[in-house]
Amino acid sequence: MSLQMISVILGSLTIASALMVVLSKHPIRSVIYLVITFFFISAMYILMNAQFLAIVNMIVYAGAIMVLFLFVLMLLNLNKEMEPETTRMSVITAVIAGGTLFLVMITALRDTFQYGKGYVQAPVQDAGLVEQLGKLLFSKYLVPFEISSILFIAAMVGAVLLAKREKQIID
Amino acid sequence: MEQLNNIGASLDFYIFVSIALFSIGAIGVLTRKNMIVLLMCIELMLNAVNLLLVTFSTFFGNGDAQIFVFFIIVVAAAEATIGLSILIMAYRNSKSIDIEMFNKLNG
Repeated sequence: MSLQMISVILGSLTIASALMVVLSKHPIRSVIYLVITFFFISAMYILMNAQFLAIVNMIVYAGAIMVLFLFVLMLLNLNKEMEPETTRMSVITAVIAGGTLFLVMITALRDTFQYGKGYVQAPVQDAGLVEQLGKLLFSKYLVPFEISSILFIAAMVGAVLLAKREKQIID
Repeated sequence: MEQLNNIGASLDFYIFVSIALFSIGAIGVLTRKNMIVLLMCIELMLNAVNLLLVTFSTFFGNGDAQIFVFFIIVVAAAEATIGLSILIMAYRNSKSIDIEMFNKLNG
């Protein structure tokens, strides 16, 4: 079984589980399918020799962010009749809009693509390993790294402030 | 033959997968009324962009794009926390997670 076949199977499984995120009616099923999608994307990262990013994707996305979504779902305790229904017209419009977006992007990227039939394989110098990425992150991209920590502090304070229970309800 | 077996998938294939993921996320944002599923579809679109960045990073053998993926993950985490806390506050006020609820802001 060649690497090419493995990546084609992984890609189709990724698209299928991403479709199930949108199509499934229950939000908890959507979360589970999204976690599965993230695992498939991590597998594709490993195929492309970006091992550290694959692990980070699994820990941060599938681990932390999706658990946050599950916690909120359990906190809200939704039931069947609270699920807002979608009209048929909006579904048709959205599918037409999304399909048009897909077609336009595919054709645009096919026209601008000038490298012939390139293949994505592991480069000579392993760019995706921890050592290379760490050197890059703490030398060339040090200032954006520090700014992102400020962003995180702001997000944390904002989340605490927003989710705090207040006495008066603004209606 | 051994050389052929070790070759990865073509660049076109990865571009196709990531554009398909992005379009599926866009369709989800346009169709679903549930606010939580809407946030999840935004996460899906961010991941499609990440996949494309990693693909080109590997294709050119350059690590810079993978640093950008880190920053996208950071922004996605911050966005998810803020979005979910806004959602909880909206749910406390109106007992509904329908996105149409925000139409009240029109006045």
